[in-house]
Amino acid sequence: MAALNIQKGASSHSAYDLRDPNAEIIESHTLAVLVDNEAGVLARVIGLFSGRGYNIDSLTVAEVDHLGHRSRITIVTRGTPAVIEQIKAQLGRIVPVHEVHDLTVEGPSVERELGLFKVSGKNEKRVEALRIAEIFRASVVDSTLESFVFEITGSPEKLDAFADLMRPLGLADQARTGVAALTRGT
Amino acid sequence: MSREMTGARMVIEALRDQGVDTVFGYPGGAVLPIYDEIFQQNDIKHILVRHEQGAVHMAEGYARSTGKPGVVLVTSGPGATNAVTGLTDALMDSIPLVVLTGQVPTFLIGTDGFQEADTVGITRPCTKHNWLVKETDELAATIHKAFHIATSGRPGPVLIDIPKDVQFATGEYVGPKQIETPSYQPVKKGDLATITRLVELMETARRPILYTGGGVINSGTGASQLLRELADAAGFPVTSTLMGLGAYPASGRNWIGMLGMHGLYEANMAMHDCDLMIAVGARFDDRITGRVADFSPGSVKAQIDIDPSSINKVIRVDLPIVGDVGHVLEDLLKVWKSRGRKTNAEAVRAWWTQIEQWKARNCLAYRNSDQVIKPQYALQRLQELTAGRNPYIATEVGQHQMWAAQFLHFEDPNHWMTSGGLGTMGYGLPASIGAQVAHPDALVINVAGEASWLMNMQEMGTAVQFRAPVKQFILNNERLGMVRQWQQLLHGERYSQSWSESLPDFVKLAEAFGCKGRTVSDPAELDDAIREMIEYDGPFILDVLVERHENCFPMIPSGKPHNEMLLGEASTDGAITGAGGALV
Ligand SMILES: Cc1ncc(C[n+]2csc(CCOP(=O)(O)OP(=O)(O)O)c2C)c(N)n1
Ligand SMILES: [Mg+2]
Repeated sequence: MAALNIQKGASSHSAYDLRDPNAEIIESHTLAVLVDNEAGVLARVIGLFSGRGYNIDSLTVAEVDHLGHRSRITIVTRGTPAVIEQIKAQLGRIVPVHEVHDLTVEGPSVERELGLFKVSGKNEKRVEALRIAEIFRASVVDSTLESFVFEITGSPEKLDAFADLMRPLGLADQARTGVAALTRGT
Repeated sequence: MSREMTGARMVIEALRDQGVDTVFGYPGGAVLPIYDEIFQQNDIKHILVRHEQGAVHMAEGYARSTGKPGVVLVTSGPGATNAVTGLTDALMDSIPLVVLTGQVPTFLIGTDGFQEADTVGITRPCTKHNWLVKETDELAATIHKAFHIATSGRPGPVLIDIPKDVQFATGEYVGPKQIETPSYQPVKKGDLATITRLVELMETARRPILYTGGGVINSGTGASQLLRELADAAGFPVTSTLMGLGAYPASGRNWIGMLGMHGLYEANMAMHDCDLMIAVGARFDDRITGRVADFSPGSVKAQIDIDPSSINKVIRVDLPIVGDVGHVLEDLLKVWKSRGRKTNAEAVRAWWTQIEQWKARNCLAYRNSDQVIKPQYALQRLQELTAGRNPYIATEVGQHQMWAAQFLHFEDPNHWMTSGGLGTMGYGLPASIGAQVAHPDALVINVAGEASWLMNMQEMGTAVQFRAPVKQFILNNERLGMVRQWQQLLHGERYSQSWSESLPDFVKLAEAFGCKGRTVSDPAELDDAIREMIEYDGPFILDVLVERHENCFPMIPSGKPHNEMLLGEASTDGAITGAGGALV
């Protein structure tokens, strides 16, 4: 209203100032979260991300210590540095979460993803697909007269590049595992 | 020594071993075995509520006023879903609760059985942690773990979902000392180097302020004691959030009042202009900060909090200290004393002079009337007539809540129960009953708005049944006052749905419930009515008909900085400048 000098389009007449006052650069971080492998733990982690509006670019989970009932969740997420800090603190607050590692800041790490790509085509396209697969060191895990399924392991970027090249050659379907990551060295 | 018993008995056994004396609950098919055990014992008192939301708020009132966890027992399905608002309320305000819900038998889970609900799924985001117990052998250990998690670190509500067959089956009971140490062990001690750095800043600060919150109260009475010692020894001004009222006494010489959206002018101005802000168990809620970009622009900020996620969430702080408030304040005092108790006394004296000038604006001033009761006046009289009795005060949510925070004086921690984070209308009446059950001889008053009060008014039956002589002090403006105020100030005076139409006759309502009521509208009669309410031996509803269109000031409109407050017309002119001033 006029007396309060609220500008048109401003959100300050609502209960909250909806504009992010400190919009900063968006960073991508890979987090490794060690959790008790108990019922609902994945739902807690995912619920945290959806409930607080954080991004998940990739998520993988598997038990890594059978005796200790521990699972490792690898999450690739995006946000401003402040949001990344919040995500880590919020993850740390979940009762069955034991450790939260930010592999992006904790030093060099390896990130790998496995992808299956189905490419359908004939003639030169088929030959070209095989040739590119060789360059990427993808292996053929299924083949018919008109299709291949390639398996490839590498960084997410490598898999993206492979998919881009296969698209004009008849990429019909793909399945990807999401990122698994570990720090390098001892 | 482990003993064989049914799951239902284990529940009672475990509660007893955890020192529980009261359970707030409501029975139903999925908890009948536990109710059967309740019937056969006398150690634990069961308060039968009228609605499960009431049970959770009562447990909150019990927990807030005692520092002990509140315990709730409800049935599956609707019993559990009715508890959700209370759980969310407790999560937002960090109130320790252990909520037990019945569940359909394990073999029916997933079949859309009668009164089946995915209780752990529904309550996952509104509990600190929750469990579905599928084996009777694990039940006792889970309950003990639940108490540990609810009460350690940043407290909060936890929930245990217990299928009916697990209650019937037998298993091995383990006591609290027999379970393996839970892996959940939040850090209590703060980092000494950072604490020392804070002491150095305290020694030179020219305009320091202690900004305290509910964390001080959650940390225990010792923490309030240490806060008082620190503030008084250093001579630093103390302000508090809504949740922290009572940690530092209102009569203390360093008290400058509550801060925030409806906080005091002097408190908000001091926050804006300080050069050292020490946040103690406070989390920079949006009701506190106003526009984040302009929040206290010139200060070095230190924050003591047990929850690392509270640090740097909204406001970047320079000195984060993760730890329990009590432990950190103890170390802080030790280090400060060992270095010679230094402060920049001269500068701090000048700072106080400035604060006194702000105080002189008299920001809570209002125009009184001899025709109609002003809500502020009603609270001033309530304060006056209950002084010395150290009452427990609960509130509902709205203007009356803010006026209560402004006009009542809190001298001790754990005497103030209000829904801060969630702002739950309907909280106050059940919370007052919970506090009264915990303190049967104390004076317990719920400062209510008529609209909020109606939201859980069924609990008046609980108060009467259990002889909880709670006093319901209803500031009846026949309006959803806070909504009306926002509509007046921010939505062009279009009063959309903010009337309380067809209100009940509160006196007859009191009589219908079997207690006593009185209506008062003449300011000259107010004292007599308040005295009658206090002296009446039983629950009492005082319907105070107040000025309908009074606004609650000061007010920082959302998205405005602290130094752009709206003040009431009765306070000293000139405090706000420009367009904002034209408003009032
Ligand atoms: C459960 C719930 N619903 C809606 C609101 C929004 N709300 C906040 S204050 C308020 C009006 C409260 O009216 P009343 O209890 O009479 O208090 P008053 O402001 O008049 O003192 C409303 C509707 C809320 N806080 N809680
Ligand atoms: Mg009202």
